[in-house]
Amino acid sequence: MAIFLDETSVVIVQGMTGSEGTKHTRRMLAAGTKIVGGVTPGKGGQIVEIDAHLLPVFNTVAEAMSATGANTSVVFVPPKFAKAAVIDAIDAAMPLIVVITEGIPVHDAVSFYAYSLTKGTTRIIGPNCPGLISPGKSNVGIIPADITGSGPIGLVSKSGTLTYQMMYELRDIGFSTAVGIGGDPVIGTTHIDCLRAFQDDPDTTAIVIIGEIGGDAEERAATFIAEYVTKPVVGYVAGFSAPEGKTMGHAGAIVSGSSGTAQGKKDALEAVGVKVGQTPSETAQLLRDILGR
Amino acid sequence: MDLFEYQARDLFEKHGVPVLAAAIATTPDEAQAAATAIGGRVVVKAQVKTGGRGKAGGVKLAENPADARACANSILGMDIKGHTVGTVMIAAAAPIEAEYYLAILLDRSNRSFLVMASVSGGMDIEEVAHTAPEKLAKIAVSAVDGISPAKAKEIVEAAKFPIDVADQVADVLLKLWDVFQSEDATLVEVNPLVKTKDGRVIALDGKITLDDNAEFRQPDHGALVDHAATNVLEAAAKEKNLNYVKLDGEVGIIGNGAGLVMSTLDVVAYAGAKYGGVRPANFLDIGGGASAQIMADGLSIILGDPDVKSVFVNVFGGITSCDAVATGIVQALELLGPKATKPIVVRLDGNNVAEGRAILAKAAHPLIESAETMDGAADRAAELAAK
Repeated sequence: MAIFLDETSVVIVQGMTGSEGTKHTRRMLAAGTKIVGGVTPGKGGQIVEIDAHLLPVFNTVAEAMSATGANTSVVFVPPKFAKAAVIDAIDAAMPLIVVITEGIPVHDAVSFYAYSLTKGTTRIIGPNCPGLISPGKSNVGIIPADITGSGPIGLVSKSGTLTYQMMYELRDIGFSTAVGIGGDPVIGTTHIDCLRAFQDDPDTTAIVIIGEIGGDAEERAATFIAEYVTKPVVGYVAGFSAPEGKTMGHAGAIVSGSSGTAQGKKDALEAVGVKVGQTPSETAQLLRDILGR
Repeated sequence: MDLFEYQARDLFEKHGVPVLAAAIATTPDEAQAAATAIGGRVVVKAQVKTGGRGKAGGVKLAENPADARACANSILGMDIKGHTVGTVMIAAAAPIEAEYYLAILLDRSNRSFLVMASVSGGMDIEEVAHTAPEKLAKIAVSAVDGISPAKAKEIVEAAKFPIDVADQVADVLLKLWDVFQSEDATLVEVNPLVKTKDGRVIALDGKITLDDNAEFRQPDHGALVDHAATNVLEAAAKEKNLNYVKLDGEVGIIGNGAGLVMSTLDVVAYAGAKYGGVRPANFLDIGGGASAQIMADGLSIILGDPDVKSVFVNVFGGITSCDAVATGIVQALELLGPKATKPIVVRLDGNNVAEGRAILAKAAHPLIESAETMDGAADRAAELAAK
């Protein structure tokens, strides 16, 4: 098993006909992801050929779902049109929407997240995330597929490159699923959602949680770990050197006054027994010690 | 982006929030002219993006235009918590009877919006929240429903505003919601919101934070950027579309991906502790594609920083491959020529790492050192910076 994404995932790409969409559709296909079509409003009826795969384009997610049986959508639509794309997918009751797009106004994210709650049929991952991979089963988003294979580790991270780095550090052990939840202030799936799913996933035996400055998601995750998670968890937090009030690359990565600091997050995780590494490789070593490998 | 008080005031006025007459001045003469135009008593207020300016002497009451000139003269150029005052706002003075607090903000924790309101305004609201939380009403606002007249009434009642100002405060709230939504703000705060002796409710001081991601649909917001306060290197980086933040250390940092770069800063600071407290000089994320040109742009910004003693390039090849990055570094050094003078420690991992390291080895550039691991590279870069 894995979480959120596995070999039964049937995927459409919103924004497939754009340059980013095409590039990453090619990479996902190469990784074995079952991609069955794309959605670009106004381009319905076209057929796009990507590496010998003939992929139909639909005007709406609802049309794409009824024609292909898709149960997962990945969004590469530019910020300006991203909200409409996500709302379209929620309206179609798409079970999983993975929003890769960076730079979506936070009012739009709050709006489509609230809308998804009113419908109650959709999980959103992202925005501003690298997507997720269940190695050997499916890969949705932009995470490189060849870093490592399947294994017992579950990984949840706000950051894309730190996800890749940690997968690389632990490539000899492998991962059940690695989820990049995104670096925006408001995201659809949180550390807690992933921790719960990893705890419930029989194929995951240990969990890595990667956080960064801004907000209180890691502090909340720590509380949740104490209440719910019995599997071993190790953590890493980035941004100890970040000055107050400066956005560090990710729109959500900002220390405001005394809140959202890396130290506060590290302390919260350690207080519930999570071992937190000083560097990514030290964190990987902590996990090795726990697994005895 | 945080706005100055006068910019917030102007946005309030644009959306119908009641404010007092005001103008800005950058010289004592302008201040005197502004006070003359407004007439009567005025308040001269330092425009700085930090709190505590009243305590620092940055807010003064002036009886007449000549007095306003003198106040401006003493406030302009003043240092308030590291911010030099370059502009003052001259605002009509109002006889105040009561001070309140009203704010609409993005609530990250609940992934929604929140109104905070208090009839104990005028003071540090974080302190009120801490010491007397019962005095601060917090009311969730659904992104689907927003603030309707009925919701505004509910909020005003929950915060226990006096009955004689309830309708006016509800009206202000609806207008602030308009500011919040139509300007793509993440914070709209009025502190204090006052009741004057003649019974009017007015926004006396305000703070607005705008969402930088909404720039594409907010064409007016570009004019609100405070170019004077932007670091020269940060401005140069922004021109090249690079994500750069100047810090106060000695090791220049280039990496790909915000998380990895933040982590790189930490690992350098961690390693630097044993070399007398060497620290990172900047945050620079070159993003997914590290072409020679992007690498050259990034390196030239960092090498243009006189504080930088060594450089650490930390790239994990995900989508981009390490051979492309290595080629980028070598070509960047060719482009920079004699302008490149500081040692560069390069750590590559991931996609095509062997090819990437081979390219660096073959180039054998005297400034480049390859390192096997991120921790090892950080240690070496810190050591070089300490020399």
